[in-house]
Amino acid sequence: MLTYAARRLIDLLVILFGVSVLVFLMIRLIPGDAVQILLGANTEVTPEQIATLRHTLGLDQPVLVQYGGWLSGILRGNLGQSVWTGAPIGEEIMARLPVTLELTVIPLLLASALAIPLGILTASWRNSGVERALRFLTIAGITTPAFWLGTLFIYVAFLIAPRWATIGYVPFSTDPLGHLSRMVLPVIALALPLLAGLIRILRSSLLEVLGQDFIRTARSKGLSERRVLYRHALRNAMVPLLTVLGIQAGYLFGGAIVVEQVFAIPGFGRLIVGAINERNYALVQGSILVVTAGFVLINFLVDLLYAAVDPRVEYR
Amino acid sequence: MSAAALPNARPAQPRARGLLARLLCDPLGRLGLIMTVLILLMAVFAGTLAPVDPFKQDILGRLGGPSARHLLGTDQFGRDTLSRILYGYRASLGVAVGAVTIALLIGGTLGILAAYLGGWFDRVVMRVMDVLLAFPVILLAIGIVAVLGPGPANTALAIGVVYIPTFARLLRAPALVLKASEYVSAAQALGASDGRVIFRHILPNIVAVLLIQTSLALSTAILVEASLSFLGLGTRPPTPSLGLMLSEARTFLTLQPWPAVFSGLAILIASLGFNLLGDSLRDVLDPRLRGQE
Repeated sequence: MLTYAARRLIDLLVILFGVSVLVFLMIRLIPGDAVQILLGANTEVTPEQIATLRHTLGLDQPVLVQYGGWLSGILRGNLGQSVWTGAPIGEEIMARLPVTLELTVIPLLLASALAIPLGILTASWRNSGVERALRFLTIAGITTPAFWLGTLFIYVAFLIAPRWATIGYVPFSTDPLGHLSRMVLPVIALALPLLAGLIRILRSSLLEVLGQDFIRTARSKGLSERRVLYRHALRNAMVPLLTVLGIQAGYLFGGAIVVEQVFAIPGFGRLIVGAINERNYALVQGSILVVTAGFVLINFLVDLLYAAVDPRVEYR
Repeated sequence: MSAAALPNARPAQPRARGLLARLLCDPLGRLGLIMTVLILLMAVFAGTLAPVDPFKQDILGRLGGPSARHLLGTDQFGRDTLSRILYGYRASLGVAVGAVTIALLIGGTLGILAAYLGGWFDRVVMRVMDVLLAFPVILLAIGIVAVLGPGPANTALAIGVVYIPTFARLLRAPALVLKASEYVSAAQALGASDGRVIFRHILPNIVAVLLIQTSLALSTAILVEASLSFLGLGTRPPTPSLGLMLSEARTFLTLQPWPAVFSGLAILIASLGFNLLGDSLRDVLDPRLRGQE
């Protein structure tokens, strides 16, 4: 187990290194001179100003030195400053990130919690017509854009209760009820497509497990159907579900970025789209790095947990 | 059916006719095929099919509901929603098909080469693929678009890069198996060149997995394109694009909901069609993969 953990740790460091190089190179791949682009099409910019900015950004240094400086800054928790406002990028990201994480974690938990009973229920329907209808419905669910669902929800809420249908955002600390009531619709819009996908995975893995020998053994030794299902089948059927959750969290985060725009929620999505429109590349760079590194770390921890829980995982 | 129903003892080359017949046996496969063919036709013949010029404004007829003149109603400038959706399919599918083609060509080539050459090339390529996979999909696409700037070609490239690892991994695995198989060794023993082995012996045997993944990747690429356009990072106005139409429709949602309903539905139908097709192909070509995501 320890060698496995060590190996995975080396993998993790290699991936994080690769991610940092890629994100670093991103800005350098911008066609044309980055400084010119940063200063915009402003004709009043003097060559001296360009030279000064180039120097403050460290762009007059060799690329390797620049990367080293950038990386050592990040490792000390300094992502640099916004070119326009001079505000520390790390603080801007940390102010917006929790909102989007809320829109990622709550739908993830909600969909997982609902997928288990619904997966069990649908696995008991074995009629081919029902099977086909379920296949269609779950695929339709997966391919439904969450930002469209959100838009429809807003309209329906407007029809039913125009006064109650408020979008926007208030922090939980200032108005807990107002915060939660504004989060209900975006959370459902994000959870439904995910739920469809999870039901599909759980149902098929449950059906597969229920057909295996050890289930027959459990039944033949006289266990109740309930006990067979919950103690033996469900536990094993959950494994594929858990493995996709890490990937789904990444998709969900992307979905939350878009759904935020629908509900006028000032989260990570608005931050990064705003940064792109303002050509604030350091902020774009910093936010992509922070979020990706976060997901890499979470997936690493999930992998370790998984290996610790499931004895079948090989520690190669 | 008779020839097609033979058990697959080894990865066999799917016969086009048998494949189509088996696909049509599955009602959802039939539906997926019909949907994708119709959508592709709409995209290609948007110019002929569109009842009205999608750019023609009609201020007096703005925000109209569905009517005989405008089957799906009009938007805030009185432009015909149906015509704009048809042109939107052209833009969205153009980007999605471009993206998947890029991913298939670059990712597929890298995957097969990695398997075939092995050694350090394999290790480096697959590590780079792991790094690309570490990024959340939309975030990576956003980052690349931010660097390249908006526009259909750049959006296709951005989404294409996102899917390169998928195709690299997809093709590497069967290429590795085939490389070790006896008939490839036999071909090599007969003096076939590397190129000949790859093109004549390895590629034809991977067609099945490739068809499945291409269809499924198109399904999600349509959604990613719509998301980027919705955020204002993909197609720019006034070019009709489904994501952009939905984004614009939100501003007058309470006055006239139909453009929002129809543009979103159009995205769903396109993505659903390709997903049903891919899912059904997977059932038909490789029943062992059923239910996997």
